[in-house]
Amino acid sequence: MTLTALLSHWLRNKVQLAMLLAGLTLATALWSGVQALNAQARGAYATAAALVSEDGASRLVAPSGQMDQARFAELRAQGVLVSPVVEGRLAVAETRVTLLGIEPLTAPQGTAAALADGDLQAFFAGAGFAHPETLAEFSAPPMPLSPSNAVPVGTLLVDIGTAQRFLGMEGQISHLLLTGPAPDPLPDGLQLAQASEGAELEGLTDSFHLNLTAFGALAFAVGLFIVHSAVGLAFEQRRGLFRTLRSLGVPLRSLTLALAFELVLMAFVAGLAGLALGYVLAAALLPDVAATLRGLYGAPVPGSLQFSPVWALAGLAMAFAGAVLAGGQALWRLWHMPVLAPAQPRAWAMATGRAMRWQVAGALALGGVAVALAWFGSGLFAGFALLAAALLSAALLTPPVLALGLRGAARLAQAPVAQWFWADSRQNLPRLSLALMALMLALAANIGVGTMVASFRATFIGWLDQRLVAEFTITPRDAAQAVALEAFLAPRVNAVLPLRRVDATLAGFPGAVFAMRDHATFRDNWPLIADVPDVWDRLAAEDGALINEQLARRANLWPGDSVLLPGAGSVPVLGVYPDYGNPLTQAIVTEGWFDRLYPGTPTRQLAIRTDDPSATRAALLDEFGLSAQAITDQAQAKAISMAIFERTFLITGALNVLTLSVAALALFATLVTLSGLRLVQLAPLWAMGLTLRQLAGLELARALVLAGLTMVLALPVGLMLAQVLLAVINVQAFGWRLPLQVFPADWAQLALWAGLAMIAAAAWPAWRLWRGGGGPLLRVFAYER
Amino acid sequence: MTLLALEDIRKSFASAEGAVPVLQGVSLGVAAGQVVALTGESGSGKSTLLHIAAGLEAPDSGRVLIGAQDMAALPDAGRAKLRRGTVGLVFQQFNLVPSLTVGANLAFQARLAGVHDPEFCAALAVRLGLSDLLARYPEQLSGGQQQRVAIGRALAAKPKVLLADEPTGNLDEATGDAVFALMLELARAQGAALLLVTHSARLAGQCDRNLHLRAGRLA
Ligand SMILES: Nc1ncnc2c1ncn2[C@@H]1O[C@H](COP(=O)(O)OP(=O)(O)O)[C@@H](O)[C@H]1O
Ligand SMILES: [Mg+2]
Repeated sequence: MTLTALLSHWLRNKVQLAMLLAGLTLATALWSGVQALNAQARGAYATAAALVSEDGASRLVAPSGQMDQARFAELRAQGVLVSPVVEGRLAVAETRVTLLGIEPLTAPQGTAAALADGDLQAFFAGAGFAHPETLAEFSAPPMPLSPSNAVPVGTLLVDIGTAQRFLGMEGQISHLLLTGPAPDPLPDGLQLAQASEGAELEGLTDSFHLNLTAFGALAFAVGLFIVHSAVGLAFEQRRGLFRTLRSLGVPLRSLTLALAFELVLMAFVAGLAGLALGYVLAAALLPDVAATLRGLYGAPVPGSLQFSPVWALAGLAMAFAGAVLAGGQALWRLWHMPVLAPAQPRAWAMATGRAMRWQVAGALALGGVAVALAWFGSGLFAGFALLAAALLSAALLTPPVLALGLRGAARLAQAPVAQWFWADSRQNLPRLSLALMALMLALAANIGVGTMVASFRATFIGWLDQRLVAEFTITPRDAAQAVALEAFLAPRVNAVLPLRRVDATLAGFPGAVFAMRDHATFRDNWPLIADVPDVWDRLAAEDGALINEQLARRANLWPGDSVLLPGAGSVPVLGVYPDYGNPLTQAIVTEGWFDRLYPGTPTRQLAIRTDDPSATRAALLDEFGLSAQAITDQAQAKAISMAIFERTFLITGALNVLTLSVAALALFATLVTLSGLRLVQLAPLWAMGLTLRQLAGLELARALVLAGLTMVLALPVGLMLAQVLLAVINVQAFGWRLPLQVFPADWAQLALWAGLAMIAAAAWPAWRLWRGGGGPLLRVFAYER
Repeated sequence: MTLLALEDIRKSFASAEGAVPVLQGVSLGVAAGQVVALTGESGSGKSTLLHIAAGLEAPDSGRVLIGAQDMAALPDAGRAKLRRGTVGLVFQQFNLVPSLTVGANLAFQARLAGVHDPEFCAALAVRLGLSDLLARYPEQLSGGQQQRVAIGRALAAKPKVLLADEPTGNLDEATGDAVFALMLELARAQGAALLLVTHSARLAGQCDRNLHLRAGRLA
């Protein structure tokens, strides 16, 4: 009975109900969508880790990155449990894949899963396995391939002989997997590498997932604002009903139970809807996320989503937690407020005045925490904690600061309507404050992330132009072809600059050492963010190495310090160069020295400087017989880099838009619910001779003014957010620091959006007021309330 | 001189059972300085009639003359303008502007109409016993005080017509009597035409004329 009476409120206030459900649904959807993306990616890393090695398995590597296959037989004969692996990149039509060659009889357990139901005979004869999604990309596979979900996306699993054939590595292997204990001492010329690629990937991509999670949490919080305001207002509106029920003898306990049941019911409905929406959202975003992870980290993430019951349960739990969080206050007030007291708007305002003082105190405390974190904190989590504290502090400060501004405006106003406009806006601020806080957060996040991405883009484009000066690059099929190409091209072009690298652990971080030829191309263009005098001459004189920013920041190595290079010992750091988009550490030494340190390292790429790219290209294709896929021209390289960049931030953009939409919805919910209460405040003005059109216009104007003021407040908060993202989070997550650049045109655009969102939110109540013909207002005069 | 004249006002409301007639040809006139009481059972259409007189609602037919102007013939904006300058309204629920102080409430309509006279307003506040309460907000006042603010607000613009819908309905008898006496006195002093709705025969007895609404007509 009680429940029926309570629920009938929602039937009469369908919009309010819709808002409440929409808020909870959206919050759950955004949160669980992000979680689905994370879980999917994590699962993929685990697959990759399981395939390449057993957990924690280490490998024996040669400094040159290759070794003779004879080493395998030799070690097995000595009783060392090893399994040979041949690994390389293979171009297949438009795509490039990782070709992984194994020896099934000695390979570790994880690999067996992929082979379990395969035809081993065919495998030895040259067939392979690939993820169904990889298969779908080929019109003509390079070898017979069977589908297997145990193989990471973008990898072909083949027999070792097959791999050697395709990669031109006959008689050579990439490394040896240890399936037993490491031999002591280590075999001559081999090193022990603790590389478990899966774990490595997880470490690298952790920051990306943390980013996503932070966004999901923000969206969830914004969604909760909607629920909270809807529940709170429904409570206000039903106070009369509570009073009636109580005086009819309904015990407080039953009333509370009924209200709690109502919340649970809504959480359940909204939770289910949110899960469905979250799944759709994740499925829509996953291809981009997968592409980003593949592009940025080479992480093999499939582009199609799988459903997991754990994820669904977690999402539902979040919906319940959200409902309790948002509705708890209302229940608490039901217990603690004299329900039999009549509604007193002024008393309510006084109570919120006290609440506001607490709010300011809380905001200041959080601000202090943020400052302390900025000063003393280090690490990614401290960075995110700093962000959370600063954002929450700013959100809590929004209503008091707005109130201050409105009070000032009311003082300055001369005309009676203007005076009323400001005074009335201030009086209604407490009821709007949650929605405005949500709007502030959404706008600040937009400005912050937008500024970060735009700053990054500007820096990145400039850097690309400097780094990609070669007219094109060639990827030779093998070492022999590289030598032939160099000989063929040398007389035809201005310069052939070979690219050689060895994998290496630098200052404890996975990375690589590169060879650089002493050439004007690098001297004139290679960007450096810190260097010693005569850096290029000293580099050519084998006086030290250049290191990338990631290594410099992670190990705190700068010009004047020394870095340990495998085989060379401690060498001076001569300069630091930015290396965006690369998650690993790097060091560069001059070519001659490199070849002495790591003899036999094959050339992986050739950068070509030429005045006549098209003629050179034609010569390579026609005379040398190179395949077109092996040549990447400068424009292509830039396009690929930019595409990776844009894709990386596509998801950020999407989440930005979603967060803003959620805030707009919060505003709409609040304004619609408020419009009933507003009638009482507007009716006297109508009676005194303001027209309905004026009143409706004033309502719209008020919404716009509040949106504008909120935008003004969001601007410094957003810039602070951007600064933290660029100077703290990026450094921790990616290892590079970028200069903050401001883009006022973007702000203007965002302000326009905020205004539009606000108009959209305020339009319907205003329109109803205008077109309602005064009927609802008359009821204020005519009937008892 | 008749300041308010209603001529053959008809009004019906749509309901599930079709149009329900509420007013079926009501005519009345109120002269300057005259006080007319309107009585009738609950639901007989008194409020509706007052709303029509104030231009808050349009009649189905008939004329609402304020001075020489027909309120009913004007569009919404015109009605609002006429109301601003010539009509003062007092309601049972006081209906003050909650976000404005007593002082601002008192002067609001006069300033809106552009006829604000600070001295007159101050004198009015003294007369209504509100001089010490000008900086307060409506919620901080008692019912009687609030209704005095409402009366002051309606009179501050020196309207031709004053319309009051059960102005003492929410007040206790003693307070109601005092407020009622004050309203009559001030309206008469200003020479306004006062049409008021009341349930109390005793209060109606103090008025110049009594009208009774029954079955949509005046008796
Ligand atoms: N906007 C409206 N829509 C439908 N019916 C209405 C409306 N306003 C008033 N009524 C009806 O008109 C009748 C007269 O109402 P009202 O003028 O408020 O009476 P009174 O003030 O004499 O008590 C009542 O039956 C009421 O229900
Ligand atoms: Mg009435």
